[in-house]
Amino acid sequence: MHRNPSRPLSPHLTIWKWGPHMLVSILHRVTGVGVGIAGAAALVWWLLAASEGATAYATFLEWATWEWALLIWIPLSWGLIQHTLSGLRHMVMDIGAGYELSTNKTWANITVVASVLLTVLLWLYIFYGRG
Amino acid sequence: MSMEIPLGRVRGLGAAGEGAEHWWQERLTSIAAFLLLVWLAVSLLRLPGLDHRTVASWLADPFAAVPMLLFVGVAFWHLKLGLQVVVEDYVHDDGSKLFWILLINFASILGAAFALFAVLKIAFAGSAE
Repeated sequence: MHRNPSRPLSPHLTIWKWGPHMLVSILHRVTGVGVGIAGAAALVWWLLAASEGATAYATFLEWATWEWALLIWIPLSWGLIQHTLSGLRHMVMDIGAGYELSTNKTWANITVVASVLLTVLLWLYIFYGRG
Repeated sequence: MSMEIPLGRVRGLGAAGEGAEHWWQERLTSIAAFLLLVWLAVSLLRLPGLDHRTVASWLADPFAAVPMLLFVGVAFWHLKLGLQVVVEDYVHDDGSKLFWILLINFASILGAAFALFAVLKIAFAGSAE
């Protein structure tokens, strides 16, 4: 093998480290699949219960407001917010903007920070804001 | 014999064997879903409660029922497109790929149909208990 050692070895497909952009990329898929299955199921359940009448709706509410159900609702709401924010980021990248390394990293980080922040605000509002 | 160069043959084709239209629909539905999601979130947070009477009379209003119908349609369309891409990327066996894509299509149409019917039923029944 005649290799000029001053040239970079590329592509390094097996040597890489996690960056925010990779995290956000895979989070977009994971949250999309999660919300696409669990969120859609919850939406159908809620609407069907509402259409069937007060008794069916009461059964739905009993399950939905069960305190352990928060283990579904909180991650689900975060997933929806994260998918929405990273979706907006993808929309900008689809236009062809935001590929500079530092810009890309910054916005990837912002989607994660903002999604956690918005989820906390949402649940604070649900628990304390409605009086 | 095809006169196409290899680049011409694969252009626009991804793991699915087609793609530009699917990709474009995913973007269009994401914009619509985003706008309707903001509407839904604001509406739900502004409702005095989520009890049956409140939700049913809210959905009996055309200005709630129609955006809700659109949201259901667009959200299920978007999730069908998205889940299908995930399967196309990660499931490499043709048989199981077909199985999962069929399942995703059937399940999302089934879910959308139930949700749309539920909204229409509430809307057409009026706000009467």
